[in-house]
Amino acid sequence: MFRYYLKLGALSIRANPALSALMVLAIAIGIGACMTIVTVRHVMSDNPIEHKNDVLYHVQVDSWSPAEPYQEPDKPPEQMTYLDAKALYDAGKAYRQVTSFKTSRVVQPDGDDARPFQLDARATTSDFFPMFDVPFLYGAPWDRASDDAEERVTVLSREINEQLFGGEDSTGRMLTLNGEEYRVSGVLDEWTPVPKVYDLNNNPYEAPEALYLPFSLAATNGFSRSGNTSCWKPVADGGFEEFLASECIWIQMWIELRDKSEKDGYLQFLDAYAAEQKALGRFQRPLNNRLNTPSEWLADREVVDDNVSVLLSIAGLFLVVCLLNTIGLLLAKIMRRAKDISLRRALGASKTTLFAQYIIEAGMIGAAGGMLGVGATWLGLRGIENLWSDYDFIQYLVRMDWTMVLLAVVLAVMSAFAAALYPTWRACNITPASQLRIQ
Amino acid sequence: MLKMNNVSKVYRTDTVKTHALREFSLSVEEGEFVSVTGPSGSGKTTFLNIAGLLEEMTAGTYELDGHDISSLNDRERSRVRNEKIGFIFQSFNLIPELDVFDNVDVPLRYRGFKAAERRRRVERCLDTVGLASRVKHLPAQLSGGQQQRVAIARALAGDPRFLLADEPTGNLDTRMADNVMELLAEINAGGTTIIMVTHELTLADRAQRNIFVRDGNVSDGCSSDELPALNLPEAANA
Repeated sequence: MFRYYLKLGALSIRANPALSALMVLAIAIGIGACMTIVTVRHVMSDNPIEHKNDVLYHVQVDSWSPAEPYQEPDKPPEQMTYLDAKALYDAGKAYRQVTSFKTSRVVQPDGDDARPFQLDARATTSDFFPMFDVPFLYGAPWDRASDDAEERVTVLSREINEQLFGGEDSTGRMLTLNGEEYRVSGVLDEWTPVPKVYDLNNNPYEAPEALYLPFSLAATNGFSRSGNTSCWKPVADGGFEEFLASECIWIQMWIELRDKSEKDGYLQFLDAYAAEQKALGRFQRPLNNRLNTPSEWLADREVVDDNVSVLLSIAGLFLVVCLLNTIGLLLAKIMRRAKDISLRRALGASKTTLFAQYIIEAGMIGAAGGMLGVGATWLGLRGIENLWSDYDFIQYLVRMDWTMVLLAVVLAVMSAFAAALYPTWRACNITPASQLRIQ
Repeated sequence: MLKMNNVSKVYRTDTVKTHALREFSLSVEEGEFVSVTGPSGSGKTTFLNIAGLLEEMTAGTYELDGHDISSLNDRERSRVRNEKIGFIFQSFNLIPELDVFDNVDVPLRYRGFKAAERRRRVERCLDTVGLASRVKHLPAQLSGGQQQRVAIARALAGDPRFLLADEPTGNLDTRMADNVMELLAEINAGGTTIIMVTHELTLADRAQRNIFVRDGNVSDGCSSDELPALNLPEAANA
């Protein structure tokens, strides 16, 4: 019967082209508006490292002031002090471990007339690249020995390699950063994690950094910090050494653990470390160490702007308005076919049978509306892209993947089903005789 | 075979209560060809609707094929309509978007027959009514008489025990009406029970038995000779 209902639906749509087109349009506009915002929200709240969600952990230890929590309700700091980051890293208790912070470097290109320019850079440890599955076009990351030796090595983004070396394999070549020579160990392939899960403290939706440098080199040589730095205690007078020994938090730490036993072991290690620090007079707050998976960390940091959620609610309401219009149109269409319904009842169609027939017809209209809605969503996303064209990262937020396309169609069909419930119920309750009596 | 006993039908609005049938009792035997006549508003169509399970009665009992139908739910009533009853309407009531084949096919779809069986039945019925060559025509491409014959084919497709016809020739000219009546007579001769509502005395007279309905009640056994004496306005004009 399903194929029969599809045929009847197609005939009905063809018999009432204007009314059907209006319904398809109403659903398409509602879906387009809704899915535009849903898509942006989906991308903003996506987990770009989902496939490693069960092995990666963001590390937090509560080194904050005994007087108040870092953030209510009793949240530990989202970053670490240098003291803690170095101690945890040096302990080497995880399969992979990354300490990093955002910095910047001035690049001096080759050539007498080439002008220097500043680039965002990430000071990190060598495990960063395999941990976050960063793809390489040329070469490889530096190794742990380079980390330990504070070696002047760098990894370039594909884009900056294009700019500086014309896209050639630049591994082994030298690059001048802030007047010092760095050896290029590798060049990244295209890589745009959205949001930038490894560092949610800075804009999570900006492009990844153009340069990568050893954390040890950057931290101990006082490279500028481009990200947030928060201190609950004044830094002792003196130089950079005092800052490194301070309670200021500015370093993000991630670890990779292969199974639950490793995770349990690491949590025990953190507890022991915290107890040790307490004995030294630090960590005066209650024990509050945390390991969050990337998705937990994204949820904890609420990376999606509240405005997007408000917009989503408005778009949802708009969809409801469109559906109310669709209900009216469906009602008009079905009531126009009261005689047909009565006749089918007379010929043996039960209420259930008729319900199935009209719900399937509504589903067809919904599917058509969904497909048109995908087009409307695409237009909506292009509109957002143009409206916010000043922001480089906007291109990463307006991408529509197949999941969203499928969701648009499914949402449209479900919406059409919902819109069809009342008109179909009315149709099923038409007394056959009332319409057949009309001669 | 069809037995109504003290059937009443009352239509209610907020202010008005209309008795369409009052303690209506009737028995029709298998294979009979019964005509139902009466003035406008006398209740003959209401009777036909209740007999065809298109409406529910307000009171009384109704047995069809020995089964009390008053206790059936919607699905069971639909099944009885589909399997035991065929309808023929004055205005044909063909579905305009469907071609002749698909119109005749409608009740068979609800019966759940396989495609081959449906095709066999549709072709047989269209052959019976002489329209085997018009299967791909839409209703609008047929004359009134042809449309009514398609409607008859549709009514016959499920091999019903009953054929309920409501003014089946009302929209046809005399020649076409005659053809349809001959067809109904042939169908009746094949064993199908026919109950036909009409206000045309000449047509009513072709039935084996006439039932005259007035004020929602039945006056069984009238012949067409008696009808004018009952001041039947439509009959007088016929």
